[in-house]
Amino acid sequence: MEIYATLIAILESGLRLCVPLVFACLAGLWSERSGVVDIGLEGKMLVAAFASAAAAEATNSALIGLGAGIIASIGFALIHGFAAISQRGNQIVSGVAINMLAAGLTALVGNAWYAQGGRTPPLEGDARFQPLTWPGAEAIDHIPIIGPIYAHLISGHSALAYCALVATILSAFVLRRTRFGLRIRAVGENPAAVDTAGVSVIRLRYSAVIIAGILCGFAGSYLALGQAAGFLTNMTAGKGFIALAALIFAKWRAWPALWACFLFGLLDAVAIRLQGVIVPGIGQIPVQAIQALPYLMTVILLAGFIGKAIPPKASGIPYVKER
Amino acid sequence: MSTPIEIPKWADVSLVPVLAVIVAFLVAGLVVLGIGENPVKATVLLIQGALGSGEGIGYTLYYATNFIFTGLAVAIAFHAGLFNIGGEGQATMGGLGAALICLNLDFLPWYIVLPLAILGAMAMGALWAFIPGYLQVKRGSHVVITTIMFNFLAATLVVYLLVNVIGKPGSMSPETRVFAASAHLPYVHEALAYFGIKIPKSPLNLSFVLALLASAFIWILVWHTKLGYAIRTVGHSPTAATYAGISIGRITLITMAISGALAGMLAVNEILGVQGRLLLEFSSGYGFIGIAVALMGRAHPVGIVLASILFGMLYQGGTELSFEMPRVTRDMIVAISGLVILFAGALDGLIRRPVAGVFARLLKSGA
Amino acid sequence: MPRLTDKVAGQAPAIALTGIDKRFGEVRANRDVNLTVAPSSVHGIVGENGAGKSTLMSILYGFYEADRGTIHIHGREVRIRSPKEAIAVGIGMVHQHFMLVEPLNVIDNVMLGAEGGAILAKGEAQMRAALAQLAETFGLVIDPDAIVGDLPVGLQQRVEILKALVRGADILILDEPTAVLTPDEAEQLFVLLRTLAAQGKTVILITHKLNEIMAVTDHVSVMRRGEMVATLKTAETSPVQLADLMVGRHVLLDVAKGPAKPGPVRLSVEHLVISDTHASLRVKDVSFEIRAGEILGLAGVAGNGQSELLEALAGIITPTLGSIKLDGQDLITLAPTPAERREQGVLHIPEDRQRMGLVPAFSAAESMILGFQSDHEFGTGPLLSTAAIQSHTAKEMDLYDIRPRDAALKTAKFSGGNQQKIVLAREIEHHPKVLLVGQPTRGVDVGAIEFIHKRLIALRDAGIAILLVSVELDEIMSLSDRIIVMCGGVITGERTPETTNDRDLGLLMAGVTERAA
Repeated sequence: MEIYATLIAILESGLRLCVPLVFACLAGLWSERSGVVDIGLEGKMLVAAFASAAAAEATNSALIGLGAGIIASIGFALIHGFAAISQRGNQIVSGVAINMLAAGLTALVGNAWYAQGGRTPPLEGDARFQPLTWPGAEAIDHIPIIGPIYAHLISGHSALAYCALVATILSAFVLRRTRFGLRIRAVGENPAAVDTAGVSVIRLRYSAVIIAGILCGFAGSYLALGQAAGFLTNMTAGKGFIALAALIFAKWRAWPALWACFLFGLLDAVAIRLQGVIVPGIGQIPVQAIQALPYLMTVILLAGFIGKAIPPKASGIPYVKER
Repeated sequence: MSTPIEIPKWADVSLVPVLAVIVAFLVAGLVVLGIGENPVKATVLLIQGALGSGEGIGYTLYYATNFIFTGLAVAIAFHAGLFNIGGEGQATMGGLGAALICLNLDFLPWYIVLPLAILGAMAMGALWAFIPGYLQVKRGSHVVITTIMFNFLAATLVVYLLVNVIGKPGSMSPETRVFAASAHLPYVHEALAYFGIKIPKSPLNLSFVLALLASAFIWILVWHTKLGYAIRTVGHSPTAATYAGISIGRITLITMAISGALAGMLAVNEILGVQGRLLLEFSSGYGFIGIAVALMGRAHPVGIVLASILFGMLYQGGTELSFEMPRVTRDMIVAISGLVILFAGALDGLIRRPVAGVFARLLKSGA
Repeated sequence: MPRLTDKVAGQAPAIALTGIDKRFGEVRANRDVNLTVAPSSVHGIVGENGAGKSTLMSILYGFYEADRGTIHIHGREVRIRSPKEAIAVGIGMVHQHFMLVEPLNVIDNVMLGAEGGAILAKGEAQMRAALAQLAETFGLVIDPDAIVGDLPVGLQQRVEILKALVRGADILILDEPTAVLTPDEAEQLFVLLRTLAAQGKTVILITHKLNEIMAVTDHVSVMRRGEMVATLKTAETSPVQLADLMVGRHVLLDVAKGPAKPGPVRLSVEHLVISDTHASLRVKDVSFEIRAGEILGLAGVAGNGQSELLEALAGIITPTLGSIKLDGQDLITLAPTPAERREQGVLHIPEDRQRMGLVPAFSAAESMILGFQSDHEFGTGPLLSTAAIQSHTAKEMDLYDIRPRDAALKTAKFSGGNQQKIVLAREIEHHPKVLLVGQPTRGVDVGAIEFIHKRLIALRDAGIAILLVSVELDEIMSLSDRIIVMCGGVITGERTPETTNDRDLGLLMAGVTERAA
């Protein structure tokens, strides 16, 4: 039973850790499926985290915080969109700029406003997204096997965590089953085909970039208002890049993105759990090896040693009308 | 097709980047205003901090050393049409390379251990860029994504080694023991004192000289060697390179290795010059700022040295500024770097087009 | 041009273009073009490359707006400013390069832009029904769930046609539709085009293959240098007349040239087969030889395998089968790369100087050593001597009268003719045994043309074997000692300038192999 409880605890922790990854990964999915490469996920999450924490602190409302986070993230997404779509600038350069701008501004403004070394004051109560306890969760927690699954894995997460699942379902549905989704899938592969079909490439790509902004807004807000209690300098700590890795791992598809993020979240949870633990017969497991796995697996996958991850054909290439 | 933007060459290499920096500073000034400080006063404090004292100048040049190395690393890759955003990881690995030599050989005299340690830094940095290059050439995975992943891989690898293998026994903080004095690259104030010249103390060390040499080397390499010619051909026109019998794969590998070696030399300044031991996160974002430096310096060593000195001033002046004006922290510099990358890189057209327009009008009225 | 009103007796023309003008910078791609297309017919438009056919059709499909002129569709004047508006007035276009999304299936591709509602499912059901209907009416059978990228080219083209038809197009423009098709597929396409016309659709077929025009069209319009030179009933014309109209009466360039004194065979090409990256054959079993001191002209409409042949000879691409021999030695094994070919004395003036022959961003001096950058002449060891390449360039600039005489000036700033002279000087001055020349006078001013032609003749007289690939017939006619013609990757004939004329070559270029009168 001890092992089972540990297993549940790790899974629960993995679920929590994968939530921001799922949002960010879906953000990257929308952007890149439309043909706009986005290595600025990290930066957008970070501004969202800061804006949401600042707004929640000021209003004591997590929902207003979320709104602020989304707006800030969309703002940065539009800078990227303007550079990538309208100005036909280098999308990688723009992404790098977004990340640095976000890292610098959030720390600077955070310090100036709150004078606590870049953090916001700790948030509590309504300023955070509290875990939702599902009916009967406590009652059946003690029932073996099923009880903990219900109480800890299904129940007990913040509303935003459930939103991540909804976002996955919606993304998969919209991309696969709607007119908008079809056009997004097409514009990332062959914008000329979309253009000659009489559909605006620019409008489609801006829409996708804004959706990416909204999703990163959720990701950042979850970090500041769900997982932590407020903003910390550089609190994304590379999650935007893990999400990028997960996106590649998922081969730019929505459901696999969810699984890849869960896998990476779980690895993170395991690494935290194993910190300093001595496993009999093996000794201390190097936590760093586990932390490196997402990056390593992505490199191996990209290099085509197992399977092959092929990005949307037109991603990263500005659309120039020809003929 | 957007019409090519025609600007005289001198304006392209000087006016456009300078305007980009000015725009970036104006935006940054608004931010300073937004947090309730006076941007003009902040600028004055910043410049005083950077250049107002001998010590300040020393610090400015010490920071500039880092930016020269990482800026050159990004620039040489640009010349081959490659985007190496793995400077952070390559610098980290450079630190590891230098440390491995020092930890094992620092009983040897300085004239053996120092060159070896520098080579170790270059070799490990080169390796960490060569692998992504190899994967692009042979396996088709793009260097941009691979070098990002390699940044994190380098970070975790070095953490692991510092915690479990090469860390100082009994120490809680993940760092190695301090190297012997023979593995220390002299400070400039030490070196000049040897000749009887006294200057204020600062972390500025002989790496700065190496950085200038590296700049000269890159200048010669790019514009005055057959290899540089091949690199530029690949960067400007892969089809012409193929026509000319230049192997794009080979040039990609060589260029990535040179780029990584340059990034690895960041460790020479930080580890051999200042810290005297390997510790975590000594690269602290210099690799990324190298992108700003390379874009602003138009990938030319002279421009890079000038841009590096500007960023060195920002770093040093920013530190001083944050003492005088605690609300304006050094994070300001990261934000400014982001803005410079934006305006000198991705939004470059925003500046070029008006400049080109002005020149077109001047030409018309002149004719 | 008669004014078109709704009340013209009988049927109004499906399309009436009046006075269409379109300029791109200095180039006037269409000048005062008039075109009338009868409904329910197949109307061909022929012309050489650059004659303005594609521009005209792009105007009709809303990619460009004409500078001047009017468009009437079924008698009604319309403005077409975007593909969307073209679709709205019933125009569909099948592009030469398919506008398909390869990873998507047929139904998604057909639906794109005409989904019939925000949710795909409803529109998809209708679309399936529509496809079934079209399959019945026109015999356009296709598996709606197949992934487009997996389909053979002929079926991909069918998807493009379906895309136009389900949008209710009753005017269908096909731009060089057979360029990518096998003869069988082309045959099927023609049957389809006749069926479409019989069912009331109007088809415009852009091509430069005269046999296709003769086989499938009711009327044919001929364009030359941006102008519409004739519209004829196909039944009342002949390939010979069309070739005449297409080519026009070229003034034979006056090149002073003595008789060739061919020496031994320098370059011999045997059974060469070249496939492209999609594994489709671009050159099919081509053999020829060139002797020292002769110019072999290779004529053909662009895109019929000449480019691939040139690149294979230069070592840039590797042929699938066959041999390339220099003085009897096999170059494919002996000197597989461009650098090694160069060492063997096979030099190359590429067709596309902007992309291959030069680096536009380089200085003239730097472009002047492209391909020879490792020569000792230009620097010792790893170094490149700026002084050496500058003085070398200055010398060549004098020799070839390259203007302005500024070795440091950016290559892109030179005129087309002077850029071409840079390439020419570079290759000729490195003592070729064999010189491969692609489109030497494309985009080059008249003065430079004469200069380049004289140089090539002088080179021939010095005993160099020259392969001249050109789409300019007059150039081929005035320079070559022998002429071979390629069409569809095969050699359709060999002639000498004395035994042929423009018309005869035009027919061979169009794939008509029986000898014209």
